[in-house]
Order: sequence, then C-alpha cells, then structure tokens
Amino acid sequence: MLNFLSELFVYRQVLLVLVFRDLKARYRGSVLGLLWTLLNPLLLMATYSLVFAVYVRVEIPEYPIFVFSGLLPWIWFSSALMSGANSIVDAGTLIKRVAFAPQVLPAVAVTATLVNFLLALPLLLAFALSWGLPITWAILLLPIPIAIQFVFTLALTITVSMLGVRYRDLNHLLGNVVTLWFFLTPIVYPATSVPDRFRASLLVNPLTPLIVSFQDILYRGRPPEVLNLALAAVVALLALMAAVAVGRRLRWTIVEQV
Amino acid sequence: MPVAIELVDISKRFRLQGGHSQPTTLKSAVVDFFLRRAASPERFAVLQDIDLLVEQGRTLGIIGRNGSGKSTLLKLIAGIYRPDAGRVVTHGRIAALIELGAGFHPELSGRENIIINAMMLGLSRREVLARVDKIIDFADLGGFIDEPTRVYSSGMYMRLGFSVAIHVDPDILLIDEVLAIGDESFAKKCTDRISEFRRRGKTIVLVTHDTGLVQRWCDDVIWLDGGIVRASGSPKKVIDLYHQAIAEQESDVLAQSYRTTEAEAGQRWGNRQVEIVRVRLTDRDGQERYVYESGESMTATFAYRVAKPVSESVFSFAILRADGLWIYSTNTALRQVIVPALGATGEVTLTVERLDLLVGSYFFDVAVHAPDGAPYDYHSRLYGFTIRSDSGEIGVAPLPHRWRFQPADEGSVD
Repeated sequence: MLNFLSELFVYRQVLLVLVFRDLKARYRGSVLGLLWTLLNPLLLMATYSLVFAVYVRVEIPEYPIFVFSGLLPWIWFSSALMSGANSIVDAGTLIKRVAFAPQVLPAVAVTATLVNFLLALPLLLAFALSWGLPITWAILLLPIPIAIQFVFTLALTITVSMLGVRYRDLNHLLGNVVTLWFFLTPIVYPATSVPDRFRASLLVNPLTPLIVSFQDILYRGRPPEVLNLALAAVVALLALMAAVAVGRRLRWTIVEQV
Repeated sequence: MPVAIELVDISKRFRLQGGHSQPTTLKSAVVDFFLRRAASPERFAVLQDIDLLVEQGRTLGIIGRNGSGKSTLLKLIAGIYRPDAGRVVTHGRIAALIELGAGFHPELSGRENIIINAMMLGLSRREVLARVDKIIDFADLGGFIDEPTRVYSSGMYMRLGFSVAIHVDPDILLIDEVLAIGDESFAKKCTDRISEFRRRGKTIVLVTHDTGLVQRWCDDVIWLDGGIVRASGSPKKVIDLYHQAIAEQESDVLAQSYRTTEAEAGQRWGNRQVEIVRVRLTDRDGQERYVYESGESMTATFAYRVAKPVSESVFSFAILRADGLWIYSTNTALRQVIVPALGATGEVTLTVERLDLLVGSYFFDVAVHAPDGAPYDYHSRLYGFTIRSDSGEIGVAPLPHRWRFQPADEGSVD
C-alpha cells in the first residue's frame, strides 16, 4: 500500500512542477485566466439563485451565499475528477517512454484544481461580507474538510484514471454520473430540507457530509459537526484503500496498454 | 569491474488486446459478465529467459530484427516495464533515449519544458536549474527556446529532447535507434557526446539495426531473435552470425521468388533453336546463393540444350539494377571469346570475378543468339541477386580511387 503512495512522494517535485505547468498554461493570460476560473462558479451561482431564490422561492436566507459555499467545493471535486480521468490516457506517449509513476498525473489534476478552489475562496468571503454575513473563527477549521476532500478526490481520480486505460468508454459514463451526483448532493438545497424518511439516503452519498461541513463553516459561520467530519474521513480512507488496491493491480499493466 | 546492469532469467509477456481476449470497454466487460464469458487474456511471450550482465563502462549492442524484443528489453532495463519473471538490477542513474521529447507540453516554451522533462528524468529542481544554460546551448535553438514547443519542427523537438537527456548525466545511457537526429552537424555533436560518455567510463546500451554502428562502438553484442538470445559475445562474431542468418534467409526467399516468377514478371523470347534450360548462381565455394557481399565473386552456370544444330552462337549476359538501369551488358562476340561447337546438351559457366556493386537488388539476364543477333533464347529479368554491404556508400558501383593529402609547409610560397 505504502509503495504505491510513496511513489507520489518520490515524485513530489515533479508533481509540483506539473501542477505549476497546468496553472501556468491556464493563467498565461494572467488576469483573464483567473476570470475564466471564477466565471463558471459565478454563472452557476447566479443561475441557481435566479431559479431557486426568485422563481421557486426557496425559503433560505442569503441563498446566493448558500449555493456558492457548496458549489465551490463541488466544482473542485468534479473538475478534478473530469480532468484527471483522462490524464493517464492523454499522457500515453510519456509513460511509455519515461520511467515514471502514472498515478502522479491524476494527483496533478487534483492539486491544480485545489489551487483554483483556493483562488476562488476570497471571492466567496467577499460576497459573504458584502451580504452582511459574519465571518467567524470557524473559518480556521476550513483546512480539515479541505484535507479530507483532497484525499477522497485523489483516491477517486486515481481509480478512475487507471481504470480508464482499461475501459475506454469509462469517460462517457463519468460525465453522466457527475451530473446526477450534483443533484443528489445537497448543494442547491439544504440537507435539512430532505424529508426525514429520505434523510438516510443522503448518507449513501459520501460527498454529503463534506459539503455540509463546508456550508457550516462558510455560510452558517459555525464549526462543522464532528460526526460529519469523521464520516467523511472514514469514507476518504476507504476510498484511498480501494484506489491503492486498484492501483497496485494496474500500475504496471497500464504502461503496456495505454 | 563493478556491475552496472544485471538481468536474471527475465521473461516478459504481453496481453493481446481486442477480440474477445480481454474487454477494452466497460460495456463489453458488463456484457461478458452477464453472458458468463470468462475473459482470459491471451498473452504472447516477447522475451524468454534472458540473462544479461553488463559491467560498468562497457557498451553493449543489442541487434535483431523488428519484433525480436530489443525495445522491450531496453524498456525493462529503463524501469518502464516490469518483467513477469526474473529480476532487473541496475546501479546508477539511467537515462533512456527512447523517444526524444516525450512529455513536452506543446503550450509551454522550450525552456519550461527543459525543467519539467529533466525532473521527470530524475534530476532535482536545483540540479536542473544549474544545467539549464548548458542544455539550451547544446540544443542550439536560438530564439525558439522561449517559444511554445508546438511551433517546433520535429528536428528541433528531438534536439531539445536529446540535449535534456544527455545533460541528465546518467551513469547508464540507453539508446534506441535515435542517432539519426536532425542535420548532420547536430548528429555529429550527438555522437561526439556519446563517445565522450564512453571515455568517461559510463555504461551504454544501444539498440539498433545498424551493425556498422555496433561494430564501431560496442564492446559486446547480443543478438535477439524471437525473444531469446541467439548469440552473444564479441561484435565481430555475433554480427557475422547475424549476417549469415539473414543472408541465408533472404537467399531462401529470393531463390523461391526468382524461381517462381518466370511466368509472371520476367520475359523470355527466341526461337529456342538453342535453349537455356537452367541457370544457377553460385559463390566461390559452389554454393547456390542469391545474396552476395559487395566485391565477392559470382559464377553463373547455364545448362543448354540444342534442338536444331546451329553453325555459330553467341552467349551474352547483362546485369541490371532492379529499377531497370543497365549496369553492364556484353557477349562472347564483343569479347572475342571463341564459342566451340555446342553438343546436344551441356553447361556454360561464366564467372564474374568481382561483383563491385553497391547495396541493392539486381537482375541477371542471359541469352544465346545467332551472330546477327537473332535470338535463340533470351531470359530477361528472370534471375536476380542482392548485394549487401556495410560501407554506407551510395551509387551503383564503387570506383577504385586514391586520396592524397599534402599540407603546404608553413612559410612556403607558391
């Protein structure tokens, strides 16, 4: 288990350089690059606010901030997964010719999208302040759900990208899964609005406790529930073990098949 | 000498992809599952039971035909592949010149790609930064170094790739047929660099078809054939065995094809008053052969049969290049060779003392005709042979020549 993960550590410098490369390619037009990163969550926030706060009139105060606080971590998750899923197949010529650990590539996608997430955070805080929401000391706890989500996203992205070498149609499926997953995660609606008898179904979704924790910190201005964090952490570790199991099986065959 | 590379009992098999051997899509995997179709991946052996020991400072050549497992062996040494059985032990940093510039990002500049590429080859960031200038100097791309690599020509791409790989300063350098890089002057720089490597006691493994290169550079050679080591040892010995095997094989194939093409490609005409019934090409030892080294002697023996006695006859032969260029054509009359009266049957032999021809495929035409040129039997493009040579010279025939150099004395006045 450790061998597979320690390869990530061995290649940490390369990983960072590759992350830097991704970001550089994206932010080459400096200001405009950052704008593109922020445009997507802003447009989504505006649209969902229009639909749910104005048209459907959901009774949630400061709805735009509520949506935004769940959207940002979701976008990090989904963009890491979608861009990371192809990372190994796309780098086929590289890993066939250079002795290199292929799991570094999905890790690059997860890290680069994390940076995008962190760059968008100040925007959320600025909105919250301008809406008159207090920013409390709970914000100091933000690194905890970020760390947990990083592990969970990394595990999932490594698994999907490695399986994607074997099963070339996996990506078609993935796009659909991600769309459905979005609506099954309490982002545009609060978890508390789900009727009691369906409440348990939310727990099937490993992202729920994470998103709720982010909303607690960023929107409700209170520390996340320990139960939620513990649940999310356990799920993330299980996912990581699954990723290592898959990775160890496929680590060497994908070099031949990619 | 300490050991640089040690392979013990290596075997490598590849999965066959496609067909029903193994599903390559999720859809087919699911279908297979429900139909209870067991997916047992078919595998074929690429390398079998390879043992190899390379001492530090030696240059090893690996030769063999396409598909013999050469490149797979190189990738196993490089750590790109893992063997199915056996053990690979290497000591020191390895750089593989397999495909140069693999992993360059098209949107980033040459300079940025140098850093990324060199780190992937195992340098730390600090080491890379210390070498960037040297790498840029060697690649010699001028202002292009700060342009995105997508605008590079393939030659520039490879120059940059080579420059990075060579500056990683590996202890073991693995080279896979990449020496024909760019223009001549850059190729020279590369070979100089590799020679310098050898002088500094680094270990090199070279995979190539070019036996001339192997002869010049390598201390030891192994010859892979169908995934096993057919021969190993000194370059001279192994290359000779290799050439012999290839020649035998080509000879078989050519003999087959030349014998069977009579009706199709070649032409035959004449009234058959005298008929040439069989033509054999043999070497100095009387062995029938269709592949000759440049400069070897070749003997053609034609058996004839006289259907209707003729008073006089002229035998002629010609050599044409495969594309139809006449190399030489002559006959007994032109050469004032007296042809004795022919019996009912018999044989004529013609020996070409030196086949001074360069690499290529040639036709051997023979004819017997009347002194006025009326053909009895003319065989055009029915027989062929191939010339092999390592000289690297091009053209049709080597011409005997001499060089002379006479440096002018300093201070002398013309």
